[in-house]
Amino acid sequence: MTAVVGLAVVLPLLAAAVVLGVRSLAPVRDVLTLSTMAAVTGMSAALLVEVERNGTVVLEVGGWAPDLGIVLVADLFAALILLVSTATIMAVELFAIGQRRTPAGADPSVVGPLLLVLTGGVSLSILTGDLFTLFVAFELILVASYVLLTHQGRQGQIRSGMTYVVINLFASALFLFGVAIVYAATGTVNMALLAERIPELPEATQVGIGLWFLVVFGTKAAIFPLFSWLPDSYPTAPTTITAVFAGLLTKIGVYVLIRFYSLMELDELGPVLLVIAGLTMIIGVAGALAQDDVKRILSFHVVSQIGYMVMGLGFFTVAGVAGAVLFLVHQIPVKTVMFLAGGLIEDDQGTSTLSRIGGLATSRPVIAVLFALPALSLAGLPPFSGFVAKLALVDAGMASGAWVIVTVSLVGSILTLLSMTKIWLGAFWGEITAPAVPASSRRSVTIMQSAAGIAVAGTIAVAIVAGPLWTVSERIATDLLDRAPYITAVRG
Amino acid sequence: MSIAMILAVAGLAASGTFLVTSRSLSRIVLGFSLLGHAAVIALLASGGRAGNPPIVDGEVDPDAANPLPQALSLTAIVISFGLTLFVLALARRQQLLSGDDLVEDDVEDRRVAARADEPRDAEARGSDGRDTADEEIRS
Repeated sequence: MTAVVGLAVVLPLLAAAVVLGVRSLAPVRDVLTLSTMAAVTGMSAALLVEVERNGTVVLEVGGWAPDLGIVLVADLFAALILLVSTATIMAVELFAIGQRRTPAGADPSVVGPLLLVLTGGVSLSILTGDLFTLFVAFELILVASYVLLTHQGRQGQIRSGMTYVVINLFASALFLFGVAIVYAATGTVNMALLAERIPELPEATQVGIGLWFLVVFGTKAAIFPLFSWLPDSYPTAPTTITAVFAGLLTKIGVYVLIRFYSLMELDELGPVLLVIAGLTMIIGVAGALAQDDVKRILSFHVVSQIGYMVMGLGFFTVAGVAGAVLFLVHQIPVKTVMFLAGGLIEDDQGTSTLSRIGGLATSRPVIAVLFALPALSLAGLPPFSGFVAKLALVDAGMASGAWVIVTVSLVGSILTLLSMTKIWLGAFWGEITAPAVPASSRRSVTIMQSAAGIAVAGTIAVAIVAGPLWTVSERIATDLLDRAPYITAVRG
Repeated sequence: MSIAMILAVAGLAASGTFLVTSRSLSRIVLGFSLLGHAAVIALLASGGRAGNPPIVDGEVDPDAANPLPQALSLTAIVISFGLTLFVLALARRQQLLSGDDLVEDDVEDRRVAARADEPRDAEARGSDGRDTADEEIRS
């Protein structure tokens, strides 16, 4: 099984090189891209089953011991998020294959290979057991995302792409400083060794390291007050790209934040996390209420929802972290599918500005259903996955006696519902507006709708398996807070 | 860590940050080069005191320098080199599109901000509220 851990990273990167070579042969390229993603998803599923049964799988790259070489660690948390992420990217690639025949679609010969590079980066950042490799994985994701965001070279994309690139380069520089600080303080960059050494440092150094990495990972995750790059840059990209960014990039930031904070035992920063979480929820959703464009509204919701996951982590209890894990699993497909639905609206009407569209519930009932299901889930209404995840978090909050943050999170939920209603009123009710001319071909619309449909089915599946998923989340949270399983798995 | 290293890191990071906050992309590129250098020096300094080359003729020198930060620095340098080129390409594209390489404000942000500044009677004018805001942006 150790080979699978390596392949999950290497296979997409190799395939990216091959696909780039055959980029002008459309059928070969699409089949290769999709089948690689299917293979990686299959491997992640196998990995999840294996890890669930027999415990953490560790790959020592090149056979070097953990204190000398790089390790890839697939514990239950990593395997679960890896499976959700790769499956989501696969749905997006299918959507991209449909969308490329339309005027707003991204260049297929760029999107295919770069989504593969992104997949490799995502796998590496999820699996790595080494802080510096995490930096490299982030760069891999970012390089792919820079190009995906700006490759069409339109004015708006270049403008927002610059903000995105500059902010992320700055965060990367801070990451490097952080690695230097950690190495100077502990003499290692291996996470399992860090988990042993950081809690022994003086408390001030621990808090310093914790806050430094809160800024680094927080910029990726778009927490308050480091989020303003996100609503500027996401909406300008073609839908496919926005969907994959919204579903994955910020969530990887949250994943790493959870991993780092639990492993380094930074519980003393819990209250800081809770304050940030509350502000992120409310300010994100308030920003969404002020917007008039479907993609921009959804972008602000990306920010707002990050707050809920940070809140779960901030409790530093098994219930809280398990809630955060469950929320992460629910958010990745839901956020992606909402942007895909937004893309379907834009493709049909030629714009996603609410004041210029209307009546889609009558004229395009399929899009209405594809939007409504994840929107209700996002707002946290039963019986969808968002309800289960939010219930878990609120429950954890009440168990910790944190009434303020629980109230804030419920207010945030109501405002989320309000802003989903705004999209619904603006886009789906009211007078029927004329569809865009020229319309996309029936075939590409079918492919796009079925890709969005598969993703919606995925979000519903999360709700259906919520029971077993919660058991797994609790196991993950127990292991994360206990730390010993991770350390012993790596150090042997 | 020697005081010279600390001063070098502080100076480079400070001037790098200052340049990054400017509007012109070419200054931002320079800023990132300085920030990158600062980070690399910080990495090197984190490896402890200077020493001899770590491996000579297969022998390990007891007075060797710590090789790990050097390996990390090298990776960081390669990455920042590639990204600098990408940002330069972006700057060039922006120059082709708009005539200069300034980072512009977000249009939608300015629209929302303009709506807050605008007198309340814009509501009464109804649907052309949006156009008023757009004009204010242009003016």
